[in-house]
Amino acid sequence: MSPMATPLLAVRDLRAGYGAIDVLHGISIEVAKGEIVSLIGANGAGKTSTLMCISRVLRIRGGSISFQGENITDLLPDTVVRRGLAQVPEGRKIFPRLTVGENLEMGAYIRSDAEGIEADRARVFTLFPVLKERLSQLGGTLSGGEQQMLAIGRALMSRPTMLMMDEPSMGIAPILVARIFEAVKELRSEGMTILLVEQNARAALKLADRGYVLETGHVVMTDSGAELLKSSRVREAYLGD
Amino acid sequence: MELDVQYLLQQLVNGLSNGMISALIAIGYTMVYGIIELINWAHGDLCMLGAFFALTLIGALGIGAWSGPMAAFGVVILLLATAGFCGSLNLIVDRFAYRPLRRAPKLTLLVTAIGVSFIFVNLGLFWGGLPMTVFGEGNAAAAPKNFPAIVPATPILGGEPGQVTLTVRDLMIAGVTMPLMVGLWWLVRHTKLGKAMRAVAQNPTAASLMGINTDRVIGATFFIGGALGGFGSVIYAINNGTIGFQLGYRAGMDAFTAAVLGGIGSLPGAVLGGLLIGVARSLSDGYLEARWTPTLVFTILILILVFRPSGLLGLKSKEKV
Ligand SMILES: Nc1ncnc2c1ncn2[C@@H]1O[C@H](COP(=O)(O)OP(=O)(O)OP(=O)(O)O)[C@@H](O)[C@H]1O
Ligand SMILES: [Mg+2]
Repeated sequence: MSPMATPLLAVRDLRAGYGAIDVLHGISIEVAKGEIVSLIGANGAGKTSTLMCISRVLRIRGGSISFQGENITDLLPDTVVRRGLAQVPEGRKIFPRLTVGENLEMGAYIRSDAEGIEADRARVFTLFPVLKERLSQLGGTLSGGEQQMLAIGRALMSRPTMLMMDEPSMGIAPILVARIFEAVKELRSEGMTILLVEQNARAALKLADRGYVLETGHVVMTDSGAELLKSSRVREAYLGD
Repeated sequence: MELDVQYLLQQLVNGLSNGMISALIAIGYTMVYGIIELINWAHGDLCMLGAFFALTLIGALGIGAWSGPMAAFGVVILLLATAGFCGSLNLIVDRFAYRPLRRAPKLTLLVTAIGVSFIFVNLGLFWGGLPMTVFGEGNAAAAPKNFPAIVPATPILGGEPGQVTLTVRDLMIAGVTMPLMVGLWWLVRHTKLGKAMRAVAQNPTAASLMGINTDRVIGATFFIGGALGGFGSVIYAINNGTIGFQLGYRAGMDAFTAAVLGGIGSLPGAVLGGLLIGVARSLSDGYLEARWTPTLVFTILILILVFRPSGLLGLKSKEKV
């Protein structure tokens, strides 16, 4: 693929690790405005580490990240959110002893426009009506699927330009997975840019404009979602064909 | 033996009065533990420095000679200034000692806090050796210093032999601690900062992914916990009548036991634990012998640690705040 003129997010030659071990060995990813890009790979390939680097939670050992044309490599995590890049983390990580309402409020932590926040809350409730019914329930008492919806809703409350989602379908009943993928489509139709990490490679690649395949900290393939679905290497390794 | 009800009630009044002070100091332990899982060993010694600060201020402004409404005004000045002093000092310690260790093992953090405690104790010893009139010039650095009775122990209820007595000082203690506790509860429950503090305590990574500057929220927690300790140190000093460089050990041990008894990390637990420890102390003073009281406090501490480490109101295992 030819490099994009001005990608919204550009990760170049990213290196990172834990302790003495390097787990990302020079990853380059680009996401254009309005795209859904999917990141697939086996367990331990480095997908979560990549997202945590982009959110500036995990220390970077080399390479650079730019967002909206600005270098964000040296920013703190809270500043990245303020720039418009939010993440729905792996395992949901909702606040278990805050209510659903308070969890959403924390999602809007960087904002102070009460009316805008209220509008976005209404939008989250349209997307996931169950959250409205559970408003004063503690986050930790929700079912797994509800928690995932809360995690997505919470991330949307910062009104991000781009959303990164880490395995939103993990450990969730099929009917709720369908609902969550629906929500992803709706978000895209509203113009949201999405970087989607998924175990469920088939569903993710069907949805995605483009995809990257990660193996042990390297990008080994990148193509359109449709082409990757056809590739024999992807079919054998990730689609179980 | 006939039960002397009046005597028992008096012990309870004294116990609750002292217990409220312990509770206020215990909150500083529990808040910091709740947010970064650090047993802030230096918290009691921070309060000791607060007491020295308050006494120095009394000397500098001549507050000891104030009376009537001016004395009340003097107490307010002491409380606010000492709260500001202790809060800021705690914030500075977090910034330079604990913040660089955010990703370090918890044990490293604890050892650092013990180091800070040593530094504080030695600062207290140095401070006590300064030639200040209010310290009783010529006194040894380690000698206890008299803390003026700006709030007298004048009875407002009872006062005659055979009556349960409640003093102006008891009233001051309740008047300082209760609004602070209610205010803190409101802050933690209902303000954006309070919710962010709970969010950081429950999941710091998720909190930073929400755009919360976790270091700033942790710093605010140190400030608030330290400031409450500052309030506590002033009323402790007034109530106790003397202060010394070892004050942090006594007051701190009571408050720490209170925090653990209530369930460290739990705010209502710190208050409950404080009151219970206060009452246990005064019952021991009144029915056993005062020299057994520290032993009793230690025994309570050990029993909870062995049989119910999560305390009375604490959450099980790793859960906090
Ligand atoms: N906190 C950590 N400390 C040490 N090593 C870690 C840590 N987190 C991840 N790793 C290691 O880094 C590598 C990449 O992990 P990462 O979580 O990024 O993979 P992933 O692609 O998200 O996997 P999964 O599909 O299982 O979520 C793995 O080898 C993992 O063991
Ligand atoms: Mg992962």
